Amino acid sequence: MEKYKNLQIGILALQGDYECHKKQLNLLGVKNSYVKLPEHLKKIDGLIIPGGESTAIIKLIDRFDLRDAIVKFSQTKPIWGTCAGMILLSKEIEDNQAEVQPLQLLDIDIARTAYGRQVFSFETQLILDLNGSQTECPATFIRAPRIKRVGEKVKILASYNDDAVLVEKDNIMASSFHTELENNTKLLEYFLDNFLVDKVNI
Amino acid sequence: MIDYSNKEYKVKVGLAEMLKGGVIMDVINPEQAKIAEDAGASAVMALERVPSDIRSQGGVARMSDPDMIEGIKNIVTIPVMAKCRIGHISEARILESLEVDFIDESEVLTPADEVYHINKWNYKVPFVCGCRNLGEALRRISEGAAMIRTKGEAGTGDVSHAVKHLREINSIMKSLTIMTDEELFGVAKNFQVPIDLVRGVAKTGKLPVPNFAAGGVATPADAALCMELGAEAVFVGSGIFKSDNPSQRAKAIVAATTHWQDYKIVADASRGLGEAMKGIQASDIPDEELLQTR
Repeated sequence: MEKYKNLQIGILALQGDYECHKKQLNLLGVKNSYVKLPEHLKKIDGLIIPGGESTAIIKLIDRFDLRDAIVKFSQTKPIWGTCAGMILLSKEIEDNQAEVQPLQLLDIDIARTAYGRQVFSFETQLILDLNGSQTECPATFIRAPRIKRVGEKVKILASYNDDAVLVEKDNIMASSFHTELENNTKLLEYFLDNFLVDKVNI
Repeated sequence: MIDYSNKEYKVKVGLAEMLKGGVIMDVINPEQAKIAEDAGASAVMALERVPSDIRSQGGVARMSDPDMIEGIKNIVTIPVMAKCRIGHISEARILESLEVDFIDESEVLTPADEVYHINKWNYKVPFVCGCRNLGEALRRISEGAAMIRTKGEAGTGDVSHAVKHLREINSIMKSLTIMTDEELFGVAKNFQVPIDLVRGVAKTGKLPVPNFAAGGVATPADAALCMELGAEAVFVGSGIFKSDNPSQRAKAIVAATTHWQDYKIVADASRGLGEAMKGIQASDIPDEELLQTR
């Protein structure tokens, strides 16, 4: 798409479904690249942290010196985390037996795998509140994390039952579900339009 | 006709997607599971004996004790997989009731049914199955498998058979992409699988579910080689806990799988790991003792 032609999006590709995000970006004709080391953050305008295993991803972030680099990146550029990506962005992880330290870039607390193990994973239709319009979108919850506390200034864009499942604040967006397993790019477009297009094209 | 786009199936394949780019490690107790998680494993496979012990000790290899599986589930946050015997419907149902995240219907255990595999469509839990060639992969997928592991010879520490089978599958998939419809019907007939599955592979040049590598991976370089040959993640069985320094080797194999195209990192990961598992050359094993042909 013409409006995305100046964008370069990075996908954190240490472990997880980074390829699915790449496919979605390709569908929209957005240039993209994988981020595996700090220097890969230099040429990108925004970062997607994919689904995967949060414990494995956090261990690899620390092993390859990405923690400070991503925190610094977030001070000027947007990040969207999905599922494991949301766990990484959170402030606190409940019942943190793997003793991993999240990046603490978004004022939410998380309980992991709180909808149950894989036999309880599910797909549903969600209503997303995107720029004031109600948008229906298929959403897949896979061993999904649950948001247990939403910080005061954090905006809720979608809920499932009584839980917030899509939230944003400043330049950070997080979803506890996956949209990248389908060809539906509505949420990706929202991220690009609201967090990136205007800023990069100015 | 089987509907591969149904919601439940998509949710199963979805978990396989989440495991890509990672290392799934065989563990036989909670302590090993913790070492695997700390090293950055994306999942663990709970089993009673690693393949190299099954090979050397012989006897019938079965599903693990539920207590042992529960013990592992309670100690790690990453997904826990467990193996059932080929065709053993009841072991699979037991594992499903234990809420393991993936069941491996595995040739490493002694097959329970010499004819039939499990009808995996009947379960909420996803299954992974081994294959040596495209026909086997598509038969397992038509039975409902949500992930395929292209297998080498388990418990050998010799990666050559995994390499051989990854190469073969890739090459056949590539040839499908240029075939005419008549030829694809012929392939479906030979493979004994639905034509739709064959057409899907012909269109994309890939399997419709994630394809991981397994069997004989013992070093960081072995893991990188599997990724190089198109595997989307790596299973490591005996290679880690039968080596000198499991924790360090596990970390090294994880690093090499993530950074498989960055050979400076793979080189660094390969330094000072001590002895790898001793292993046996897969070509020295008599045909009747091969696990892969089960």
